[in-house]
This record gives sequence, C-alpha cells and structure tokens, in this order.
Amino acid sequence: MRLAGLGLIDRDTPLRFTFDGRSYEGFQGDTLASALLANNVRLMARSFKYHRPRGVLTAGSEEPNALVTIGRGAAQTPNVRATVQEIFAGLEARGQNAWPSVNHDLMAVNDLLSPFLGAGFYYKTFMWPRRFWESLYEPVIRRAAGLGALGGDADRAQYDKAFAHCDLLVIGGGPAGLVAALLAGRAGADVILADEDSRFGGRLLAETEEVGGVPGPDWVAGVLAELSGMGNVRLMVRTTVTGAYDQGTYGALERVSLHRTDPGDAPLETFWRIAAKQVVLASGAIERPIAFPMNDRPGIMMAGAVRAYLNRWGVAAGRRVAVFANNDGAHRTARDLARAGVEIAAVIDSRPDAQASGDYPVFTGTTITGTSGRHGIEEITIPDRGDTRAIKCDCLAMSGGWNPALHLTSHMGARPVWQDDIAAFVPAKDAVPGMTVAGAARGVFSTAGCLADGARAAGKALQALGKPVKKPELPQAEDGAYALAPLWQVPGKGRAWLDFQNDVTVKDVKLAAQENFRSVEHMKRYTTQGMATDQGKTSNIAAMAVLADATGRSLPETGTTTFRPPYTPVTIAAMGAGGLDKGFAPERFMTSHTASLQRGAPMIEAGLWYRPSYFPAPHETTWREACDREVLMVRNAVGVADVSTLGKIDIQGPDSARFLDFVYSNRFSTLKPGRVRYGLMLREDGHVMDDGTTARLGDRHYLMTTTTAAAGPVMMHLDWVKQGLMPGADVQFVSVTEQWAQFAVAGPGARAVLDLVLDTPLDPADWPFMACGAVQVMGVAGRLFRISFSGEEGYEIAVPARFGENLFRVLVSHAESLGGGPYGMEALNVLRIEKGFVTHAEIHGRVTAFDIGMQRMISPGKDCIGKAASQRPGLSGPDRDQLVGLRPIGAVQDFAAGGHLFADANPATAKNSEGYVTSVGYSPVQQSYLGMGFLRNGRARHGETVRLVDHLRGIEARCVVTDPVVFDPDGGRMRA
Amino acid sequence: MPRLIAKSACDGLLPVTIGSVTLSEFSPDAITSLAPFNGRAAAVSGALKSAIGAGFPAANRCTGKAGARVAWSGIGQALVIGPRVEIDGAAMTDQTDAWACLALDGARAGEVLARLCPLDLRDSQFKTGHAARSLLGHMTGLFLRTGARRFELLVFRSMAQTAVHELTGAMTSVDAQA
Repeated sequence: MRLAGLGLIDRDTPLRFTFDGRSYEGFQGDTLASALLANNVRLMARSFKYHRPRGVLTAGSEEPNALVTIGRGAAQTPNVRATVQEIFAGLEARGQNAWPSVNHDLMAVNDLLSPFLGAGFYYKTFMWPRRFWESLYEPVIRRAAGLGALGGDADRAQYDKAFAHCDLLVIGGGPAGLVAALLAGRAGADVILADEDSRFGGRLLAETEEVGGVPGPDWVAGVLAELSGMGNVRLMVRTTVTGAYDQGTYGALERVSLHRTDPGDAPLETFWRIAAKQVVLASGAIERPIAFPMNDRPGIMMAGAVRAYLNRWGVAAGRRVAVFANNDGAHRTARDLARAGVEIAAVIDSRPDAQASGDYPVFTGTTITGTSGRHGIEEITIPDRGDTRAIKCDCLAMSGGWNPALHLTSHMGARPVWQDDIAAFVPAKDAVPGMTVAGAARGVFSTAGCLADGARAAGKALQALGKPVKKPELPQAEDGAYALAPLWQVPGKGRAWLDFQNDVTVKDVKLAAQENFRSVEHMKRYTTQGMATDQGKTSNIAAMAVLADATGRSLPETGTTTFRPPYTPVTIAAMGAGGLDKGFAPERFMTSHTASLQRGAPMIEAGLWYRPSYFPAPHETTWREACDREVLMVRNAVGVADVSTLGKIDIQGPDSARFLDFVYSNRFSTLKPGRVRYGLMLREDGHVMDDGTTARLGDRHYLMTTTTAAAGPVMMHLDWVKQGLMPGADVQFVSVTEQWAQFAVAGPGARAVLDLVLDTPLDPADWPFMACGAVQVMGVAGRLFRISFSGEEGYEIAVPARFGENLFRVLVSHAESLGGGPYGMEALNVLRIEKGFVTHAEIHGRVTAFDIGMQRMISPGKDCIGKAASQRPGLSGPDRDQLVGLRPIGAVQDFAAGGHLFADANPATAKNSEGYVTSVGYSPVQQSYLGMGFLRNGRARHGETVRLVDHLRGIEARCVVTDPVVFDPDGGRMRA
Repeated sequence: MPRLIAKSACDGLLPVTIGSVTLSEFSPDAITSLAPFNGRAAAVSGALKSAIGAGFPAANRCTGKAGARVAWSGIGQALVIGPRVEIDGAAMTDQTDAWACLALDGARAGEVLARLCPLDLRDSQFKTGHAARSLLGHMTGLFLRTGARRFELLVFRSMAQTAVHELTGAMTSVDAQA
C-alpha cells in the first residue's frame, strides 16, 4: 500500500509494467519489489523444492525469495531479484518455478510430500536400480525443483567488458563509504565510488535519521554534489563489486541499461576489471532472519526492509504489522510505521529485559511459535500463560540482528573472526592486501560510528597512497548502542526455514549433524544450505548456529563456509562480452584475401590466418577436382600461391651467424650472402621444434622463415635464447612477417611469369637453386628467393605488403596466360607430400631429427640447442617410429591421416600398433593416394606391406612402405 | 611496365566518427625499427637526434613530434615513425607496411580504449609522450599518447579489419552511454 507524502520516488513519473501478465503502476525510483508491494502483491515466487508461496523478504541484493524472470525469448533473464530490478515503462516480469502461475501452482503438491523430501532424501530414496538415476530420477527431480530458465536461444544482447584504474576504490556508498570517498577526493586521490544500488546513500535512504542537522538523504545529496564537482572521483552506481582478486584487481558488474525501456546501442551490463592501489570496503551489513516455525509466508519480512519500503519508497508492507526481534534497532520499524499511521499489531522482543514502549502492545521475553495464512501471513501465535495467543497481522517484520557483509574479505582465503558482543562474524585483520574495512561491514552499526570509521579508513588508505591526511570534521549523527541477545531458532511445531532460496530448514541441518555431516562444509553440501544463487547471504550464520547447537560446539568453533566470488550473480554474457561472432578471435587476412574470395576460394583457418583452400573452376563440382587440376597445373605449367603467413624474422648483428649456429642444428655461419639454406631447429629436449629456410641477405644480416603455426613460438624461443642462453650476444631480431607479402611462383613456367613482373629479367646463371637477392618488381623494391616447397622450379617473390594485393592479381593473370593459375592449401599439401617434405603434421612435437631422417643435419662440429638431449638413449635407433611414405595397394575407397599401422598378419589392436599416418593426399601425377607416416624402424622396411586401420572412420587399407620422397627423388626439377 | 598499386591497411574502412570520437588511419612515409647494437645506444640516439631531432626514447616513452616520432616498442627497440632514416650502429628494418596505424581522437577516446585495453590510460598515468605495448581485445599492439585527446595505435596489418571492428564496436557502446 502506497502512503502519501513519504519516500524518495518520483511521483510525477508513473510507469506501467506487468507481473505475471497483469498490469500495474509504479513510479520512477521503484524497484519491482517496492512497486508490487505498493500494489498489495505479496506473493511473488514459489520456493525451490516445496513450491511454497513466497513473498519478498529483503530490500536488497541479498534477496532469497523474490526471484523473477525478465523479458522473453533469447533475451530472457531468469533469477532476477525483484529487490534489485528497477521498474521501467513496459517492464515485463514473470514469476518462475510455478505452473501455471505463482498464485496457482499445481506443483505445490510437493509441499504435501515435504516429510519425505528432507536433506539427502534422494541419495537415500533413489538408489535402485542404479541406471535409473541418470535416465529417470535426476531429470524428474530437476524438472520439479529449480529456479528460472533461460530462453533456449543464444542471447544476442549487447554486453561490455571494460577496465578501470584508480588510487582508491570505495565499495559501498553508505555513510562510511561516502565519507571515505569525500576525504580521499578532497586529498586529491583518484577515487572510484561504487555502489550496487541505483542511488548512493545506503541505509540513510531507508531510515529517518538526521546527519549534520539535515535529513539523511539531503546530507547524501550534498556529499554527492561535492564529489561530482571534484573531477577526480568517479561515481559508479548500479555497480556491484563482485570479487577481490590478486594484486588489487576487483571484478565489478554494472547494470548499465537493465532499467531502461530501450537501451539503444548501450550494453545491458558491463563487466569491469578495476585495478586499485587501495580499497575501502564499506559494504554494510545484512539483517538476519529468525528461524521460528512457519517463518516463510509472504508478508514475513526483515524489519530493516519494512523500514526501507516505508521510508525510501513510501510503501507500507502491510496494514497491520507485527514486529519480532532480538535487538533494539528493530523497534524503529514499529516507531516509523506507527508515525506513518500504520497499525502495529504487536511488538515481540525475545529479550526479557528489552526496553521498549509505544502506543501498541509490547511483549518481551517471548517468541513467535507459529504462523498461519495460505498465500500470505494472516496470524501469528505467541505463548501466553501456558496457552497460546493468536495475533492477526498481514505483515511480520523480523530481525535477528545484523551480519557484516564481509564476503569480499574472504575472497583471498581469509577466515572471518567471531565477535561475541554483536554475535556475528567480522572480517579478519588484513584479510585482503590494500583493503581497509569500514563501518557496518566490520560491525560498527551506529551512523556516527560509520562516519568516523569511514574517515579512519580513508586516512589509512591516504597514508598508504602518500597523500596528505587531514583530521576531518564529521557531521553529527545517530550514535545509539547496538544491543541484542542472540536468538537463532525458536523450537515448535512446523518447519523453521533457514535458507529460503534452497528450502533448507532447521530440521535439515539437525539431520545432517545427526547423520554425522558435522563439519560446516559437509553440512552445507548435504543440505545444500547456502548453495543457491544468493549464496546463503541471509542464512549462513543462522544455519551455522543451529549446527553448532546440534553438535555441542560454539559458533566460532563451528566456523563458516568459504565465501567465494562472485558476491552476487554475474551474467556469463557480461563476462564473455565481445566474444560473440567475430569477437571470438582476431581474423588475420593476407593481402590476397579479397582476390581469393572473388575467385570463389573457400577459406580455411590456419591459426588466426585465413588461407584459400582451393580455387574452383566453373565446371568443377568437388574440391578434389580443383585440387587435382591445381597440382597438375604446377607440375606442368605454373602456379601462384600466397605464402605470406609464414613467419619471417629479420636477424642482424655481429653475432648473428653465431646465434643462428646455436639456434639451428645445422650451420649458417658458412652460408654465403645471397644464398638460402634449409634449417632445422630443435627444442632443448632434443625434439624437432620447427623447420624453414633462412636467407643470408648480407654479412651480418639474415632472414629466417618459420612455419605459419610456429611463427610466434619461434620468436619467443629466439628471445629466450638471446636473453637466457646467450646473454650479451650482439644480435638483434624483429618480426617482418607483416611487412612483406610473399608469393610462391612454382612450375616449369615460373621464370617466364617472373620475367613479366621484374624490371630486369632473370639471368638463370645468377639465380641457381637456393639463391636470393633484391629485385625491382614493377617499380617497387622487392626480394626474390629461389626455393621450392613443391619440387618444381620455384621462387618466392616478396614486396612490401601494401603492394601485395596488386602483385597477386598480376602474377595470377600472367600465370593464367601461360596455362597456370592460383593454387590453394590442398594442392600445396599434395605437392609437398609427393616430395616427402614435412610440415607440423609430421614435426608434431614428439619426433626427433632421427625420426624424420634428418639426423645428419645435427652438425657434428658445433653445439646447438637440443643437441645433447637428442643424443640420449631411446631418441634414435630401430625402436623409433620413423618417417616413411605409404602407398595403398589396389583400389581404396578412402585413405586418411589419423589411422594406425599394423603388421599385415596382426590383428588391429592398440597393442599391435606399429605406427600412424600423419598426412595423406591424392596424387594426380601418381594416380594414387600417397601417405606419410611414422612406422617402427620404418626406414629398414621399405617395400614391406602393412595394414592401415582407422577405427574412428572405419577405413582399412593395405599399403606398401616407401621412401617418403616419391616424386623426382633427385631434385632435378627444382634445380632446373 | 606499370607500377604496382599500393593499398593501405584500412583501405575503405576509415575514417569513422561515432559521437565525439573519430577513428582514422594515418600513413607515415616510413616506419623503421631501430635496435642499437651492443654499446652503441648513445651514439645511435645522438645520430637520430641530429637526423630528425628526436633521440632514442626511454622505455615506454616517445620522442619527437607528429611527422617525426620515435616510439619505444620493446626491449632495446624503437620505431622511427615518419621520416626514412639511415643510422649506423643499429639493426634497422623497414616496418612501414607491417602496421595498421590508427588514431583515435576525441574527448572520450580513453573511455573507448578502456573497453579493449587493460592499460591505465588515465591522464595522470599515460601522458602525452608515453608509449606501451599492450592488448587491444585479443590483439597485441603499440599504444601511443600523442595528445590530450588523441591516442595512436599500431596493430598488425593483417588484423586491421578486426581492429576496426573492435574499436567501432566500443565507440558505439561508449557513445550510447551518456
């Protein structure tokens, strides 16, 4: 019921929204919970297990009950707390975990079965037959229990991730946080003040206190005005700091436009990573319920929340309200309500010595022993002179005291410490480096105390930051003592709920103790207490108190479970923001990309690069046709391929030759300028790391080529060698992969094509196999390397990348005029398999130079990385799987890499495997499939017949073992 | 014989203005990486200074000005951005075509980068004349502060499209948030 003249809502801006299909009106500034209460809607949800009717319990992010689903379809967000969701015009909210609606939930039949559904019931009940668990029991249980559901479609909504940096992060904008931010801001520190609420002020918005002689909200407004004028203070509302991580990094979730009708291009949420030198944690405290019988009916709420709805939102949570508490603070609820004209049915204080008075009935030294009311509370029962007495009410405000919201202080492993006088856990000292806890978060509960403590924390942080600390003048404020006597549970008939969200009762916790789940961690897992989306914010301490009582230990002995990030739920979409579609990984495009696409080439990913698979001709219907044609084109005419993705590293300096001799297994100091040599690189463990050609461009100048896949790792390796293994070596290197667009021109017509683009035609005498040098390419300074990965007369021509696209188009058109054209990765692969050249399919990290037949490339006359390790026993010899060629015998349906090799007579079992196939291609020249693979002692078995079996793809073929080099074994064609 | 046609890294993609922030490409005449050999750092810096008026920068710093800038780019390495240079005593490589050179101008340019880059880009920490290697989304890049409201960033040429995609996405998001 909305009351006139109260609250901080904007009554000039009414907003219409729907809940469970019914339309309601609220005001700007309302949460969904306050707007529904204003419309006398008490029943907002059904409970997790028993489908009990539930209403809102709190007014903050700790809410366990009032979870709703916002939106529909892909954008549907489940488990949104009605206490956090602000209303906006057109907001569509629905109750969840109920059918057909929260008002008429047929699944409430579960509640009748509750005697059988206690903690651990399914472990005991659904034991036989065992196979039914996964197929039947678990799905049925999951369907009946649970919270909201996702829409089922991918969420396409916009989310953001962002970074922020500051000197001081103040978490929480209540009195302590505001003072801390104010003093730090005045001292010139870069401050971020974050609060999860939609406006700053904390409890000052919910109480009727004065600060510095003005109403609390007015004092808050004054502080905010000063903070926003400073320029060095960043105010972040709707931002929940969700986790404390190493080295002053904090995670935070900002609700950017979840309160807007149309977010436009703005994200719904932003996940922040905030790096802060110092932190003041002023996260306040969370009021705790009392576990009395049937304490879960709609209308039973926290006393502080009832005050918040009254004072901040102008809403009376009931027409006739009872209060049940164990502390002085809760009496404010009765006082504030009475002042607003709401009838107080009774105030029940469990403390015999409670000092309380008012124009309403007060019962001290007693408790509530029962409640009734089907869809909401109608009556409470208290003991009365040996009998019971019923009191009518439609709202019960309860308070069992307050627990500091110390969760973030535990995120790095610190255990909270018990403080007897407030009967609560408080943060451990120095729990998180650089963090100072202030105010109610460390058990300081008066407003004056919080202001002073915020100032103390700011001083500590400023001192650590080396900023001037001035003695602050603090405003006058309420400074009452916090008096309470612990009351955790009230015995009696009926269930007493501890964890409202997971439906865990006092009886469940006692049962856990009885069944020897006595450790707090075991109790938690057995009962699921604290494991719901609210992580037990309102229930943990009370559950531990019950467990302590049941096991005869004290609360500090019992301890707490571990608080872990996130403090409140974080949308996965926010954490993964920017990762959809093209955001998943960068795309690296070669300069020929557009030209390849225009020719219809399907692109395949090679690491982050996109490379053309093949270039289909108009009549071709399969990739094989294109591939076969491209292979024959290179063998018989000329082909052009973009090879720019290969890593290129420029190496210079007096020690460059010595450096390369150490990095490569073979020698490069003896290479003449103007020549290229194939090199093999080993890892420190003696296995092959990478291969490629390196050109000597000058006396002290080399250009190393790596494979596409190993460009990054080789660069890191070189850095490590220079810094770690050859410190002081006078050598410098830098990647030039991106600088040069490089194209292979291969085939008998290669030189003819080059002569059409080079300013000076090639003189064959100057360009023997493995020559390199500078050339002028259509007026541009380029480089030419006579190297071949196809086995044909081959060149690689390089120009600065800006000219790459044009050169590719020109080369291809010249090649086509000579009966050639572009070729893709498929043809490139077949050409190299015919030649027995290895790629990372072969040098996959577990092979040695010996295995691939290159042991002679480990130069005997010098040391190199991996040399000693490569000589270890077991890394060479007849027991090794050695590189061989494979050719199927007779017609085969398919021939694929990945299969294993078996001796012809042996059954194809894992035990009998003698090797495996690494690469396969169809050679149109040989008119046969060809394979490469590793076979035990393979070099001695050329000519032998083995069986290839690929169990996964169901391929089986007999094949003959050959030398890996099938085509032009003498290399006459590439030297032509 | 016709001369080869050049195409810039972000050809056809830029400039883009969203709200108050503009993303544009700039094309220096040359980018040359410079890495002095052992014991030659001072001499190289001196030669550089007399050649283009800007010495070899300290780590995470730039020297010079627009048109002739030297930006630290790694251990013992800097990029000369602008004029072509020939300096003795240092390894030099042409990197003119290796980088897509982007400029982000506008009062909220820092907010845009904060969506993609973990660097502390506050005015007090990343001042005009500062340089840093860092991440732009999943890409690596070189970040320069060249003015109160201007950042220049160099990313791999092959990733230019992704860089533009990420940056315009962030610009759109920032602009939509008052």
